[in-house]
Amino acid sequence: MDPILDVQNLSIRYGGAPKPAVRDVSFTLGHERLGIVGESGSGKSTVGRAIMRLLDTATITADRMQFEDVDLLAATEAQMLKIRGKRMSMILQDPKFSLNPIQRCGHQISEAYRTHMKCSKAEAKARAIEMLEQVHIRDPERVYDLYPHEVSGGMGQRVMIAMMLLTSPDLVIADEPTSALDVTVRLQVLQILDGLVRDKGIGLIMISHDLNLVRAFCDRVLIMYAGRLVETLDAKDLDNARHPYTRGLLAAQPRIGGSRAPLPVLEREASWVNPQEAV
Amino acid sequence: MMKPLSIHNLSVSFGAVQVLHEVSLEVAAGECFGLVGESGSGKSTILRCASMLNDSWSGTVEIDGRNVREMPVRDRCRTLQMVFQDPYGSLHPRHSIRSALEEGLRVNGIGDRAERMAQAMRDVGLPVDFLDRYPHQLSGGQRQRVAIARALILEPDLLFLDEPTSALDVSVQAEVLNLLVRLQKEKGFTYLMVSHDLAVVDHMCDRFAIMQHGHIVEILSREAITQGTATQPYSRELIGASLEYERAV
Ligand SMILES: Nc1ncnc2c1ncn2[C@@H]1O[C@H](COP(=O)(O)OP(=O)(O)OP(=O)(O)O)[C@@H](O)[C@H]1O
Ligand SMILES: Nc1ncnc2c1ncn2[C@@H]1O[C@H](COP(=O)(O)OP(=O)(O)OP(=O)(O)O)[C@@H](O)[C@H]1O
Ligand SMILES: [Mg+2]
Ligand SMILES: [Mg+2]
Repeated sequence: MDPILDVQNLSIRYGGAPKPAVRDVSFTLGHERLGIVGESGSGKSTVGRAIMRLLDTATITADRMQFEDVDLLAATEAQMLKIRGKRMSMILQDPKFSLNPIQRCGHQISEAYRTHMKCSKAEAKARAIEMLEQVHIRDPERVYDLYPHEVSGGMGQRVMIAMMLLTSPDLVIADEPTSALDVTVRLQVLQILDGLVRDKGIGLIMISHDLNLVRAFCDRVLIMYAGRLVETLDAKDLDNARHPYTRGLLAAQPRIGGSRAPLPVLEREASWVNPQEAV
Repeated sequence: MMKPLSIHNLSVSFGAVQVLHEVSLEVAAGECFGLVGESGSGKSTILRCASMLNDSWSGTVEIDGRNVREMPVRDRCRTLQMVFQDPYGSLHPRHSIRSALEEGLRVNGIGDRAERMAQAMRDVGLPVDFLDRYPHQLSGGQRQRVAIARALILEPDLLFLDEPTSALDVSVQAEVLNLLVRLQKEKGFTYLMVSHDLAVVDHMCDRFAIMQHGHIVEILSREAITQGTATQPYSRELIGASLEYERAV
C-alpha cells in the first residue's frame, strides 16, 4: 500500500538560528500509529509543523515530502488552506494557546467545521457538542460556552481533539495530545484515536514523552536527539533499544514502588547525534 | 525557613457553577504534597486560589499561620511561587527570557542578578545563551523549564507546581525532579504538586489528595498506591488504572 506520508532527508533551519533545528530526517507513514519520542528541544514539534507547512520563518529542505497526492514542498498556500484541517490535522502542544483567546471554545469548533463542510450554524453546534461529549467532557454544553482561559488544561487538549475529529482527516499529527489528562480519560481518548486508525485507516503521528503510552499504543517509534533521528524501533521492542540516548531515557523513568534514590540522569555525549546502526 | 500550608473549607464558584466544594488540606513544613485526580476536577483552581491569582473564594488559606489574604503582595511573592500548567500563558510573548527572570529579582531587590540567572538556567538544563530568546523561540519543554527557573530563582519557601514535568522528556524530568528533591533537603522548600503521573507522585510525595468534581475524595499516604489501601471507589479506580497503565496502556 502507498504510504500516506513520505519524508526524505528533511532539514529545517529557523531564521537567524546558527544551526538547523532538524537535520536529515527520513521516515514514511502508512495506516499506522507512529510514535515520536525524543529530547526536549530535539525538533519533534518542528517536524510536525513543517509537514503542516506552519513554519513561515524557517528554511525547509528535503529530497521529498509527499502527502498522498500532494507534494508538500511545492504546494501553494492556497492549496494548503484546503488541505490543512481537512485532510491533515495537527493537535498542537499548547492547545489552550493555539485557540483564539477571545472566542468561545465551542464556537471555534463549529466554525472550524463550517470552513470545510456545508451546514447550518445550529447543525455545526450540535455536532460540536456531540464531539465534546465523545471526548468525555462532562457537561459539554457548559464547556461549549467557555473561553479558552476558562477551561482546564486537559479540557483544552480535548477541545483540540474534538475539533480534529469533526473533519475526519487522513493524517493526524498529535503533539502531546493527552499529557494533561488523568489516566482514565487518557485511555478513553487513546481509544478514540485508535479507532480512527483501525476503522478509518488514517495515519497517526503521536509525539509523546510518555514511554508507557508509546510502547503500548504505537506500532513503531522514532527516537529523536539533537535534531536527528537516532533510532527507529517497533514499539514492542522499545525496551531493547540500543542507542545510548534511548537507553538513558528508559532508565530515567520513575516507577511506582521504585526507590527514592535520585533518578539516573544522562551524561550526554557528542557522538549521540549518530544514528544507531541497524544490526 | 520551613513553612506549612493550611487550606480550610475552600469553595469557589464561577457563575452558577460551583467548582470547589469545601476543600481542606494541610501540608506540613518541608513536605511534598501531591494533588491528583480527574481532568477538570479543580486541581489548578486550588493553586490559583491559594496563591491569590483568583481572590473570589471562601474559606481560609494560611501559610505558616498567616492568612494569605492579609499578606502584602511582595511578601507573598517571596514566600510563595507558582509554576503554571501552561507555561506559554505565563510568559509574556514580547519579553525575553532574561527579562522574565530579571523582573522578579528586581522587584524583590535581589542582587547578583546575572550570576543567579545563569545558575537558574543551568539548574534546569538550559544553555545560558537562551536568556536572549523569546518564548516562541523555545520548544514546549524549554518554556516549561524557564517557568520552573523563574519560580526557583526567588527562593520561595513554598512552591505550587502544576504538572511541572508533563512537557519534559523523562531524562529532563529526572533532572528537574532531582533538583526539586535537593532543594527540599537543602533549603526546606514545601511543595504542593499537581500531577497525573502516580509514579512521579510516588517518587516525590509523602501524601497526596485524590480529587473528583471539585471534592477531595480521599487523602492518602504514598504507600496506599502499592499497598492498595485506598477506600473510596474513585481512588481505587484511579490507582488501579495507573498501575495497569504502567504495565501496558
Ligand atoms: N521560532 C523559533 N526560532 C528559533 N528557534 C526555535 C524556534 N522554535 C523552536 N526553536 C528551537 O528549535 C529546537 C526544536 O524545537 P521543537 O519545538 O521542535 O522541540 P521539541 O522536540 O518539540 O521539544 P519539546 O519536547 O520540548 O516540545 C529547540 O531547540 C527550539 O529552541
Ligand atoms: N474562569 C473560569 N470560568 C469558568 N469556569 C472555570 C474558570 N476557571 C476554571 N473553571 C472551571 O473549573 C473547573 C476546574 O478547572 P481546573 O482547571 O481547576 O481543573 P484541573 O483539575 O486543573 O484539570 P486538568 O487536570 O485538566 O488541568 C473546570 O470545569 C473549569 O471549566
Ligand atoms: Mg514540542
Ligand atoms: Mg489543571
